[in-house]
Amino acid sequence: MTGFSARDLSVVYDGHPVLDGVDLDIRAGELVVLVGPNGAGKSTLLGVLAGDITPTTGRIVLADRELHAWSARDLARHRAVQLQKQGLAFGFRVREVVRMGRSPWHRTDREDDDDRVVEESMARADVAELGERLFPTLSGGEQARTSFARLLAQQTPVLLLDEPTAALDIRHQESLLAVAREAAEAGAAVVVVLHDLSLAAAYADRICVLSHGRVRADGPPAAVLTGELLSEVYAHPVDVIEHDGNLVVVPVRVRTQTPKEAPWSAV
Amino acid sequence: MTATVVDRPRAGIRALAGRVGLLGGLALALLVAVVLAAGHGQLDIPASEVLGSILHKIGLDIGPLPTHPQGEATLWDVRFPRVVMAALAGACLATAGALMQGVFGNPLAEPGVVGVSAGAAVAAATVIVFGWTFAGTWTVAICAFLGGLVTTTLVYLMSRDGGRTEVVTLVLTGIAVNAVASAGLAFLMFLGDTQAREEIVFWQLGSLNGSRWQYVAVVAPMAAVGLTAALLLAPRLDLLALGDRAARHVGVDVERLRMATIVVVAVLTAAAVAFCGIISFVGLVVPHLVRLLAGPGHRLLVPASALGGAVLLVLADLWARTLIAYADLPIGMLTALVGGPFFFWLIRRARRTAGGWA
Repeated sequence: MTGFSARDLSVVYDGHPVLDGVDLDIRAGELVVLVGPNGAGKSTLLGVLAGDITPTTGRIVLADRELHAWSARDLARHRAVQLQKQGLAFGFRVREVVRMGRSPWHRTDREDDDDRVVEESMARADVAELGERLFPTLSGGEQARTSFARLLAQQTPVLLLDEPTAALDIRHQESLLAVAREAAEAGAAVVVVLHDLSLAAAYADRICVLSHGRVRADGPPAAVLTGELLSEVYAHPVDVIEHDGNLVVVPVRVRTQTPKEAPWSAV
Repeated sequence: MTATVVDRPRAGIRALAGRVGLLGGLALALLVAVVLAAGHGQLDIPASEVLGSILHKIGLDIGPLPTHPQGEATLWDVRFPRVVMAALAGACLATAGALMQGVFGNPLAEPGVVGVSAGAAVAAATVIVFGWTFAGTWTVAICAFLGGLVTTTLVYLMSRDGGRTEVVTLVLTGIAVNAVASAGLAFLMFLGDTQAREEIVFWQLGSLNGSRWQYVAVVAPMAAVGLTAALLLAPRLDLLALGDRAARHVGVDVERLRMATIVVVAVLTAAAVAFCGIISFVGLVVPHLVRLLAGPGHRLLVPASALGGAVLLVLADLWARTLIAYADLPIGMLTALVGGPFFFWLIRRARRTAGGWA
């Protein structure tokens, strides 16, 4: 089994619980989306799965081995991570950044594939045209796509993505998640943190709703995405409607008939 | 797509040619600089005679020997130790700069600017004032290494926050470390006798005056160890540019790489500072120029900086001792004179292109 098995994970920062007794299984061939309001613990959970954050309590097993027992290099051959914020200290070119994803395979037989894998990954993330551009001069969305290409170039059976679509336009949001979906169908375990619930509904096998550091619901999109549950978790009325066989999640916007004069217009 | 596949090997060959061209060009420049610098001074020796003298020394009877009766002695007792020392110190400082910038993910890191040179100099000055000789000529070098190691570690711990080094924090840390170090130097001058005081002043200004083979014999092995280690570390430093977390995600043992690099920076800085004093800005200017020419990849940046630093310091030293007849200007003063405005320009540029690095 290549996926994760996490039991009773808790993370406490300054006496404040960020994650509280989280149980989660992620199997190979499955795309799991983590959703939840700001501060629910999505990024922290992803950080724990990535091995960046050591949980205060609980244990986590990746491919039948305790996560903390993995060496940095072995782990890099098994899971790839795309962080929410991309940064780069020097002006490397996009192709060089993508090639950095190949470094775990340095001095192995798979090193021979480097050139081909880099080009393919760039094509799949739609950054082939940007190959010779300097990374720091790219727009936020282009940087995110470059990081996605680097993640693909790593060729790992586990992919972790933290809000990969936040800076992307509609076309690239869809194509990124379609590629992630393909990876899951090819046998990868994929975990994606998303804010867009309609997007989550369209691509997830399972949606895990976090709230106040706990798992509030975990199951297939149709079971989890209900107006009742989402309205409670997000503390805002939410409607779930079906459009063309897709679930669409929309916030309920209350409009008063006679708008009162806004306080700032009086100035 | 097919076009790119066809282009790839050609691009690879072009990159390789660029690498060889840059390193070869710099090596040639170093050779020319050494011959030029060895030939010039109070007694001028033509380049052909300098080359002839070197070739005869290594057993090849080609080319003319120096015609001046003092020529051979001037070359081998005065000029060559000094030129070799300049090349070694330049290579060490520029390489230390490139490594520090890689490890801090910040192009403003440099042994002089962040105070590592000053820390090493305090340790070296302590040796002079108290007359320690527990390890012969190596005493100064060993203490400079320890001083450099302590300061590099301190700067690293103090200027990092959440896996990043902000420019402002780094520069301010440098000011603090330099302030404490110069207070230490001032106190040591107060303690020392006139001779020790003179030696410490010479340290602060940085000078290659009085370089001798016995000092070169200490600096050369340190430089060899440091430069070899730097070349071995170089490929992994690229990945640190991604930031600590992302570097770990692609399999870098970040803490180990950092500690190893800090030790290497201390060895290199100590090698340069032990007998030449504080020569600042070499580690800032050289890697930066190399990055402009060849991009930020450390595989090429580290060796090219080493060669470029050697060329720069050999030429700067030639300038320092020939600019004014019968006067030997402190080389640290000259590098700071040029490096200071360059540093300022870097800061201005960084502010304009905010986000390019932080």
